[in-house]
Formats: sequence, structure tokens, C-alpha cells
Amino acid sequence: MTTSNYATERETTEGRVFTVTGGDWDSVVSGTDPINDERIVVNMGPQHPSTHGVLRLILELEGETVREARSVVGYLHTGIEKNLEYRNWVQGSTFVTRMDYLSPIFNETGYALAVEKLLGISDQITERANTIRVLMMELNRISSHLVWVATTAMELGAINIMLYGFREREYILEIFEIITGLRMNHAYVRPGGVAQDVPDEAIVKIREFLKLLPKRLKEYEDMLSGQPIWLERTKNVAVLDVTGCVALGVTGPVLRSAGLAWDLRKTMPYCGYETYEFDVPTHTDGDVWGRYLVRLAEIRESLKLVEQALDRLEPGPVMVADKKIAWPAQLAIGIDGMGNSLEHVAKIMGQSMESLIHHFKLVTEGFRVPPGQVYVGIESPRGELGVHAVSDGGTRPYRVHYREPSFVNLQALPAMAEGGLIADVIAGGASLDPVMGGCDR
Amino acid sequence: MTAPQDRKDDGGVPVPVTPAGASSTAPAEYPPASPAGRGMFGNQGSGDVSGFGGLVRQRRTIEDAPRPYGGYFDEVRDALEEAYPAFADAVEKVVVDRGELTLHIRPERIAEVCQVMRDDMALRFELCSSVSGVDYLGADARRLHVVYQLTSMTYRRTVRLEAAVSAEDPHLPSVTSVYPTADWQEREAYDMFGIVFDGHPNLTRILMPDDWEGHPQRKDYPLGGVPVEYKGAEIPPPDRRRSYQ
Repeated sequence: MTTSNYATERETTEGRVFTVTGGDWDSVVSGTDPINDERIVVNMGPQHPSTHGVLRLILELEGETVREARSVVGYLHTGIEKNLEYRNWVQGSTFVTRMDYLSPIFNETGYALAVEKLLGISDQITERANTIRVLMMELNRISSHLVWVATTAMELGAINIMLYGFREREYILEIFEIITGLRMNHAYVRPGGVAQDVPDEAIVKIREFLKLLPKRLKEYEDMLSGQPIWLERTKNVAVLDVTGCVALGVTGPVLRSAGLAWDLRKTMPYCGYETYEFDVPTHTDGDVWGRYLVRLAEIRESLKLVEQALDRLEPGPVMVADKKIAWPAQLAIGIDGMGNSLEHVAKIMGQSMESLIHHFKLVTEGFRVPPGQVYVGIESPRGELGVHAVSDGGTRPYRVHYREPSFVNLQALPAMAEGGLIADVIAGGASLDPVMGGCDR
Repeated sequence: MTAPQDRKDDGGVPVPVTPAGASSTAPAEYPPASPAGRGMFGNQGSGDVSGFGGLVRQRRTIEDAPRPYGGYFDEVRDALEEAYPAFADAVEKVVVDRGELTLHIRPERIAEVCQVMRDDMALRFELCSSVSGVDYLGADARRLHVVYQLTSMTYRRTVRLEAAVSAEDPHLPSVTSVYPTADWQEREAYDMFGIVFDGHPNLTRILMPDDWEGHPQRKDYPLGGVPVEYKGAEIPPPDRRRSYQ
């Protein structure tokens, strides 16, 4: 390993002694092959602040250039898919919401749509339930994209944006708390509809938010869009074109930033998205800069969708009429979160034995789902979120598999990073917006 | 071909039939092959109080759907038949259920079929959305099914391919050369079900630790009941901890 190019050496009784002196730089350099000798392997993660959770990257570097990148996932594997097979269909909502913790409403909606398709009740979902789902999903998309702007900006050195992004997201989490009782892990969208109705208080708060956010978005853009460092770090960085995206299965904002307007809300609509007025923002550069612009534009489109959804909220039921499927209790938000409403408890405990039996059967055993398999894809903030659900006719899922966009998109990281600089690995990885809870499930 | 109303309501998946005489609608399960098949709360049966829980169910085979399938399904089938000479040999069954088309493909043909599905002008399934496994233990001799969801962005169509292999010989060709996105998803199916994709560039575990034994999402693999190793110490599973005995 040691060569005399660096220092002269002498054997002594204490060991080898090197004498480091100044020398001719050329003679030092001539003894090394900078192309082939300088390849070092750097392990980045799984505990690294800019790897978005527990993602581990193994990078082979030559100087600052990444020659090979390999990602290692699985550190957050929790076996949710296996666990689902041991709980009834409704309990599944509480599991899937914990997968991708930045977009819980999407996980729940995908699952609910799949179970409804298996049950054959897709057309019985009430107008109001569908509108609330759209409302919640779009709010969730905004909050997820805000976290993306916040964390990505932080990883590229703009700490202030991180604080602002999380501040606005907090506003949405408060709205979620009013509606579902919880800031995250809501289990709000359930097979058959949603857990309970949206209170008026939340509508007021959402309207305030609709007024507030455009101003705040303008502030982000003022801070980032013309910022030389931001431009330098994002433009022509981690480029992936449409062919690369489709081959690697990358969907969502990353695919749209490359120029293909593929958005399942438009191309294969669900929850009545075909009746809403909104655009699919695209960009043509396929770089981090394009993904930033697409995501900001998507926040604006989501605001439009939220506004339309609010205008459409007509009073009505939020759960299917079929009492063999609908959760028996009228749920209510108490001080400790969502639970059975007190009126319902009074009824089953004091007045109606039949209600109590029905409640007990449906809650402990659950409803049966006819055998078969379905696949439902929805557009999550990260791309196509697919749910493959199989029933064997029982009260519990036989198999549920999530096609997680974080998992699939992360495969594209080597394609983006190899040949670029190590600093751009951070930018490229962040631009995929991976959420490891969803990736590893 | 049977008329639609005569078809057994199996939803196109090889699930066991409810035993004759089991009038209760309570779930009758497979004979529990492992503790995983037992019910919750420590009961040793199926959790079924109808008394029929221990009966062995009959197997039911998947049936072909009658033509016409409706929608674009006929077009997809015909286009594949035209573009792929070995169609009759490769496609075992065609199932239409809940508005979704499933082509059951012989496992050794799956990569070829994917190639045609992607490249033929009339098919153009450019995107492989999802690859997942399902274990039909006790319902199908070739119990491990691999399910591919293909999406045609050109025509806005989706189709499902399904290939079944047995647990004794769980081999089928990898489709990574056709759809590079299948890479990690095939690794996941290998990790969770032990399905071996021949020709995969790097078929290693992806979610479970590298030295894990067994394939957790197989139906004969228990939920829990696995000791956990952490920093050299081994913590027994909950049911074998002292306080539970």
C-alpha cells in the first residue's frame, strides 16, 4: 500500500517510521492512477439526515463522481401486508394508513376502493363520501408536497424553507385533526365511505387555508425560484427522461416532469375526478428543477380541487346504506380522538338487544367479501399507488399487496446518480420523494 | 362454454369451496397447517362456532370466461393471439371478473408473453405497474401465483397476467429484461414467497434481513412466533415468553 512517493521510511525497533517532507508534486502524482486508484466506497445511511428516513445508499466514488450507486431498503419493514391477513377487512384501514405516513389518506382510499370493488358496491358510494374523499386526498397531497419542498430545500441547504413548509403542513394536520380526530394514521376512509362526516368547523378552517396558502406559495417561490444556489443545485441534475421513467416504472411528478402527462386522476379516473376541473402540470427537462416546478403547480391544482369539492358538499350520508357493511356505530370525535358516539352506546346498551348483537357481529367478525381479486391504482403524491387485494370469501383479506410508488421509484436512483456528483445524489434522491414507511411497508 | 349465470362464483381465484352442509356463514377455514392457521384469543379451532370448521374443503378449478368478454378485453386477447404464435400453449385460462381481465400464463412462457405485450403495436403495455405473489395454499397444487399488472399508457388499458408455480419447483423466468421495473418487485416476491425468478440479475432478499430463514408471506408461515435477534441476544416470541405460559 505505502509507496515511497509519499514519504521515506526507515525500520526501527519501535516499528516503521516515515519521514514526511515536502517533495516534488509531480513525482507524487506520477505514482498514482487517479482514475483507477481513487475509487472509494462510501456507505450513506441508513441513519443519514438527507436520505429521507432509513434509506441506505452504497456509493462507489471517484473523487466526487459517483460511479456506482446501490440502494438498500427494508430497514422499516413492518410486515403490514402479512398482518392484514389476520384482521378483518375494516381493521385493514388502520394498518394501511401507517404505510406511507405522509399520505395516509391515499393508502386508505386505495384500500377502500379495492375492498368496494371486491364487494361490488363501488357504485353505491354516496356522493358526499366521494366528495369528502377527494377533499381529503387533495389536502393530503398538498401537505405531502409541502413536506417535499420543506425537506428537499433543507437537504440542499435552504433551512428556512423547511420551517415554512412544515408550518403550512401543520395547518393541514390541524384540519385533519378536526375531521378525523388524529393528525396522522387517521383510518378515516373506510370500505363503504368515510368514518364520519366533516364538521362545519373544518369547512371554515379549510376556507381560511385556501386563502392563506397561495400567498405562502408565492413566498416560497420568491425565496427559491430565482435563487442562484437553488438553480445551480437543481437544474440539469438527476435527469431521467420519459423512456427511463416508464422502463423503471417511475410515475407521478417525476414522470410528469419529464414531459408525459400521465395522471391516473385524468387517465383512469376514480372517486369522480372526471367531473372536476383541473390541469395536469408537466415540464420537459426531467430534472430536479422540473420536479420542483411540477410539485408546486400541483399544489395549486389541488387547491382548485379542494375549492370545487367544498362547493359540492351537499348534506347526505357518508356511508353506504347497506347495514351489513357500514360500521354500526355513528362515530364521533371525543376529547381522546374518534370513537363510538355516546348516543349509539346508550342505544345498544340500554334499548336494543338486536343492535347490540349486530354491532358485536360486525365489529368482531366483520363482513364477508366474495372471492376474487382486484387491482386498483390511484394517483398518490408520489405516483401510482396500486392495491392488489385478494379475497377467498372470508371476513379477512386473503392477500393485500401495495404497489408502493416510493418502492418502485427508488429503483431509478442509480440511473439518476451514476456519473453525477455525490452532492447530486442528495438532490436526485430527494426529488423522487421516497417515504420509507411506504417503501418497506 | 357455460353461460355467465351458470358459472360458479369463484371470482377467478382458486379458493376452496365452502363444505357442503356448512349452512352458517361463519368462516370455515383450511385445516390449520400451522399455528398460524389458528384463531385469535388462544382458541385452537378456526374461531368458527358453526361446528363445520374442521371439514376439508373441496378444490375448485378456475374456469374460462365466456366470449365476448366485453370492453377492450376481446381486442387484447385477439391481438395477443395474432401477435404470439404460441398463444394456445401459453395461455391456460382467460378470466374476466369485476371488470378486470386476467390471463393465466404458463410460467415458463411469462417472459415471452410480456415481451409481446410490451412490443406489439396493438397491445403496447409499456408499464408493468406491479408484480406480486399470492399463496393459494390448499386450494391449488401450484400454490404460488405471481401476478403482473400491466398498463398500456397508449390505450389506457390494464390487464393482469398470472403465472402459477408449485412450492417444490418455484421457478419461472424473470421479466426484468422486458420490464426493468420488475427488478425490486421480483426480489420482494422472492423474499416473501420464495418464488425464484430465473435470469434475474440480483435475486436477493430485499425487505427481510439477508440471513432470514423462510418466506414470511407464505400461508404456512406463522404470524409472530419467530424469535427476534437483537445485538446478540435472542428474545423469544410472545407466546413462548415466561409470562404467557
